[in-house]
Amino acid sequence: MSDLVHKDHARDPLMIAEEWMNAGRDVAIATVVETWGSAPRPVGSHLVIDMDGNFEGSVSGGCVEGAVVAEAADVLAEGKPRMLEFGVADETAWEVGLSCGGRIRVYVERLG
Amino acid sequence: MDPHSLKKLNALRRDRKAAILLTDLGDGRDRVIGEGDTVAGVLGEAVARAFRSGKSGVVEVDGRHFFLNVHLPAPRLVVIGAVHISQALAPMAKIAGFDLTIIDPRTAFASPERFPDVALHAEWPDEALARQPLDAYTALAALTHDPKIDDPALKAAFDAECFYIGALGSRKTHAKRVERLKDAGVAGQALERINAPIGLDIGAATPAEIAVAVLGSVIRALRTRGLDGGGLPS
Repeated sequence: MSDLVHKDHARDPLMIAEEWMNAGRDVAIATVVETWGSAPRPVGSHLVIDMDGNFEGSVSGGCVEGAVVAEAADVLAEGKPRMLEFGVADETAWEVGLSCGGRIRVYVERLG
Repeated sequence: MDPHSLKKLNALRRDRKAAILLTDLGDGRDRVIGEGDTVAGVLGEAVARAFRSGKSGVVEVDGRHFFLNVHLPAPRLVVIGAVHISQALAPMAKIAGFDLTIIDPRTAFASPERFPDVALHAEWPDEALARQPLDAYTALAALTHDPKIDDPALKAAFDAECFYIGALGSRKTHAKRVERLKDAGVAGQALERINAPIGLDIGAATPAEIAVAVLGSVIRALRTRGLDGGGLPS
């Protein structure tokens, strides 16, 4: 069956999230749910993060991943999902905005 | 996300089944919907639309916001014929993200020396496809020019409703092929789906350029999902 599995599955964030979960790690899943303008990653893209800050996947071209990983730590601690928004209109744009000028909403939730 | 949802979703994805993860953005609850599962009401319409378009997004139903994340199987490209065009197509398809398989019973053509790092099957299409069946998320390009090899694969592609079916050959060659497939029981309407002469019309001359044209056609079929009438299912 191995040749039925797409080669990208090795780096597939949701497959990795399941592996981490099975290994007993706390996992947060971040998902791009909306985009406006030019956004680097399409709606549905995932970044998965564990309690030690390890992450796989992406929600942007590397512009906001750091901020999402930081928020994920809080989401893991509290258990409550959060909606994050990034873009040039955001007051944090200077620090973690999208240089492409787009705007994205990222839903961050705990697995389990 | 519910751990059971993640396991169910990943299991469907491993089996090359289309699935949607439906998340209520208000309370965070989610569930997995497989293609063919019935979902009632307005949400059901949005689910059906999402499966059709392959596009993920947020929908509002009765003041509640739901996120539909559509997971379609990774596209595969099955090439019949370990020919010169296929040698150029193999690395290009890989770069474009397609899972590529090449089938050709002629062992002189289908040699690992000619196709390094490619899933290559030196056997008849019927044998290779019995082990790894075609499906709606697979494109098939028949490039041998040899009816003995191409025709059975084309017939299998119609049966599996491959999202793209292309065949190499001049208009004259193609007209003969259509007659043969009709005689073999393929419906005339289905035969109109064959992309022939194969590939986007970019004036391709060399094998590598034809490979670009073929890959372009396959990508167009994948991204429009038959909506532009470019040799695709309606």
